[in-house]
Amino acid sequence: MNHPLLLKGVRPLGGQPTDLLLRDGVIAATGAAAVAEAPAGTSELDVAGLIALPGLVDLHTHLREPGREDAETVASGTKAAAMGGFTAVHAMANTDPVADTAGVVEQVWRLGREAGWCDVHPVGAVTVGIAGQRLAELGAMADSAAHVRIFSDDGHCVSDAVVMRRALEYVKAFDGVIAQHAQEPRLTEGAQMNEGQLSGRLGLAGWPAVAEEAIVARDVLLAAHVGSRLHVCHVSTAGSVEIIRWAKTKGWDVTAEVTPHHLLLTDELAASYDPLFKVNPPLRSAEDVQALREGLADGAVDAVATDHAPHPVEDKECEWSAAAMGMLGLETALSVVQEAMIDTGLLDWAGVADRMSTRPAAIGRLRVQGRPLSAGEPANLVLVDADARRTVRPLGLASLSRNTPFADRELPGRVVATFLRGRPTVLDGQAVEPGTARPAPVGTLR
Amino acid sequence: MIRHLLSAADLDHTEALRVLDTAAELLALADRPIKKLPTLRGRTVVNLFFEDSTRTRISFEAAAKRLSADVITFSAKGSSVSKGESLKDTALTLQALGADAVIVRHQSSGAPHRLAASGWVDGSVVNAGDGTHEHPTQALLDAFTLRRHLAGGVGDLDGRRITIVGDVLHSRVARSNALLLATLGAEVTLVAPPTLLPVGIDSWPVSTSYDLDGALAKSDAVMMLRVQRERGAAGGFFPSAREYSRRYGIDSRRMALLPDHAIVMHPGPMNRGVEITAEVADHERSVIVEQVSNGVAVRMAVLYLLLSGSAGEQDA
Repeated sequence: MNHPLLLKGVRPLGGQPTDLLLRDGVIAATGAAAVAEAPAGTSELDVAGLIALPGLVDLHTHLREPGREDAETVASGTKAAAMGGFTAVHAMANTDPVADTAGVVEQVWRLGREAGWCDVHPVGAVTVGIAGQRLAELGAMADSAAHVRIFSDDGHCVSDAVVMRRALEYVKAFDGVIAQHAQEPRLTEGAQMNEGQLSGRLGLAGWPAVAEEAIVARDVLLAAHVGSRLHVCHVSTAGSVEIIRWAKTKGWDVTAEVTPHHLLLTDELAASYDPLFKVNPPLRSAEDVQALREGLADGAVDAVATDHAPHPVEDKECEWSAAAMGMLGLETALSVVQEAMIDTGLLDWAGVADRMSTRPAAIGRLRVQGRPLSAGEPANLVLVDADARRTVRPLGLASLSRNTPFADRELPGRVVATFLRGRPTVLDGQAVEPGTARPAPVGTLR
Repeated sequence: MIRHLLSAADLDHTEALRVLDTAAELLALADRPIKKLPTLRGRTVVNLFFEDSTRTRISFEAAAKRLSADVITFSAKGSSVSKGESLKDTALTLQALGADAVIVRHQSSGAPHRLAASGWVDGSVVNAGDGTHEHPTQALLDAFTLRRHLAGGVGDLDGRRITIVGDVLHSRVARSNALLLATLGAEVTLVAPPTLLPVGIDSWPVSTSYDLDGALAKSDAVMMLRVQRERGAAGGFFPSAREYSRRYGIDSRRMALLPDHAIVMHPGPMNRGVEITAEVADHERSVIVEQVSNGVAVRMAVLYLLLSGSAGEQDA
């Protein structure tokens, strides 16, 4: 089914236009060689002006299956991922049952393979039942067919310092990493939004920045002490960025991610009491947003990760305190990063490729993702029309859920095509069902 | 007039005075043999109470009935999706009943905002206390009471010094009063242990103090907030109810620190012996019972202005 495909006039990483030949799942040739080596019968696609990036890699995706198939499934979530330009996602462990055994992570991995929209790399729980008490069988998950390398109790902080220390130590045996949801539980009991001027006025219990920063500070010290690898999930405060930047100057093996929504939205949105803006960690101040952007630009923060968190309508269409926390992210991530980082001049497209593909793939120890767009590399790539503008319509999303905080907002950029090992999963902005017979794509893509 | 009353900040100086002046006129009517006015005949007012509050509910009921409105009381304790009918479905039910005004009391901050902004109901929404957010009609009745005692019952509260004492962090009464009294020109001081003042309070239009004795001598009125005993030992906000009383409660000794003309207020229900002693609660300069009766007049004024005002007609 994989016709050789010649992408004509594409701009890798936003650079000079060239041609890419995709054949047998790899980028067979680039530039003049691409045209020269194209076999008879190669389909040609005029993609002049479109930017090519390596397929995006998400470190933090809630696919909800098993357990909450009313919110999302592996199939629907990975389709949304493909629509957003992703060729790999890391499926978070807080499912029901929790992904704390080899059996569950293999199930999720297999569902991902069967769906075929993108690579699915399950994240394993750090502790049994993400209860924070006993280590889950991390080695069994690492050795399973799912090859788990990232472990996280996301949604819950591994708050016990001894459990965290042991987890960091234990995963050294198989080059794993602990991805910490940094939230000191006692400081955030009943917390509803960022603690600041607005929480006091709105009468909503505050989630103070220090509750994140205290855990980040403790964990970078623990990681240094035991010589292990720490990844900090969804960093949301200026103080956390500063601690992580400091840890890196010490040479410690610490990485961090930031979500698209924390790069663009602020806690002012809570004044609407609309739970679409309720998320954990909460939306923070404009100063935090600026610090996160600067951290992502200078590399203190390694990666953008969506924390795509689907919830059914009824869990958001209610009063704030009763609502679920979380936002959709996969289908808007690249556009949000373009607005927050490209349009502000903080990153170029090569920088976006680094933060949304290369570095997240390296953190997850993925070998066939996040690769350069050069001959011989896997043909995992996304084509972006950076000049397009689009208005986000919740009903138009591939996700089963509708809880996007960007509803009816105009955002820059549009994913035109996504290729997974040379096979289009998205073409002309439309999802291409895996396994369906279809003619070779020809013509012009816009 | 505004369409909804969700926060004391919804009222500017002019509108706040209009409510107080209207309440004064309506209070005069209360002395007549026939207390009822035909103003809201044929209009439906729903009391939607997700949280027990007999005194506020009765006050709104009395206010609506004196204006001849049809009153439906809907008590729906426990509202979240997990506990039963959702806020949305309850709202749609009220909409089907043709509610012209929905008076909502809810344990979640912002629930009245959700009702007003969602499009689930067409009627006016009045916040009768939401979580730890606001209670604007309480602030209006407090302002009305203050004006009667400190400003001859007319005009605003320009320069009057009002001290509000207690659990500001969890108090919707304090939030609404801080906003409304500042709008009316009063100088508001919030006194509490530091643990019970919210982060960011420096952005409020008030001053703050940890020293009650120091604040009392400069007060034209002192308003004591209810302090739940559970905030102490179990909640960890202060060491014990006894220590709280010693530092932040009002007793006869502290009463003597007040200027002679100063009044003592409490939104009720009181914890006698915690934030206020019985001697002070029953003192002749305590206006706590009068606050209750003023509450009906103020709530009549709010309903009258929301439902029969010219802006309401335009919206309809």
